[in-house]
Amino acid sequence: MLNIIALITGLLFGLGLMLSGMVNPAKVQGFLDITGNWDPSLAFVMGGAIAVGLVFFQLARRRTESLATHEAMQLPANNTIDRRLILGSIAFGAGWGLAGICPGPAIVALAMGNLDVLVFVIAMIAGMGIFSLLQRKG
Amino acid sequence: MQIDLFHFTPWSALAGGALIGLAGGLLVLLAGRIAGISGIVGGLLDGRVLNATDRNWRLSFVAGMVLAPLAWLAFSALPAIQQVASWPVMIVAGLLVGLGTRYANGCTSGHGVCGLSRLSLRSLAAVLSFMGAGFVTVFVVRHLI
Repeated sequence: MLNIIALITGLLFGLGLMLSGMVNPAKVQGFLDITGNWDPSLAFVMGGAIAVGLVFFQLARRRTESLATHEAMQLPANNTIDRRLILGSIAFGAGWGLAGICPGPAIVALAMGNLDVLVFVIAMIAGMGIFSLLQRKG
Repeated sequence: MQIDLFHFTPWSALAGGALIGLAGGLLVLLAGRIAGISGIVGGLLDGRVLNATDRNWRLSFVAGMVLAPLAWLAFSALPAIQQVASWPVMIVAGLLVGLGTRYANGCTSGHGVCGLSRLSLRSLAAVLSFMGAGFVTVFVVRHLI
């Protein structure tokens, strides 16, 4: 059941990224270019996602177990705003701005057969792997 | 600032966003898990804490994402992808995205969509940080260099 839900929501997620324009780096950079010729579309993506997400997350918050798989809810318990969160996010934002690609669209664009994005995906996976190695040592 | 009306696509952006929110919302309500892509993929790579259940739902979610273009093709031609960065820049960007999202415990999906939907202040701080860094970076590469 869990895997079927994950497969279907992953599919919907991917379709959403394609429909919204998030898979197109030129469009993402057009949104991040607020001082230039600004394309506000991605603010609408966020707005649409949060409008729908809010309803579900408010329902989910009140539950102790998930509706279909009947497991304990795995909601994040960490509320701390620390250096690690801010510096990590700034590094992510810089990379996002440079290439116009974030993790979800990177995977979908690769599945669309865009080979240029392969370089990005390999580097991203390497970055995640370096993180895991550093955590293991530290 | 001026608005790029030629590239502005409010309706498909809203509809696509709604689909993304629906996907994240269904996953959390039905299965109690967060649709954060950097966490899902990063967790697979990390491998330390994963049991078979945890590994399999992550793989299933990624498989769903990978199937999206195929499902799309059944109805329509694939949308355009226009890269903006050279390969060396993509390598730097990919490393920053991989490292940054893991240190911050989330990206545009985990903090942006799910975190803000959860009304998490921690996620709001993350979103303001990566959006701010994105704005500054694009200003530098497009208008200063």
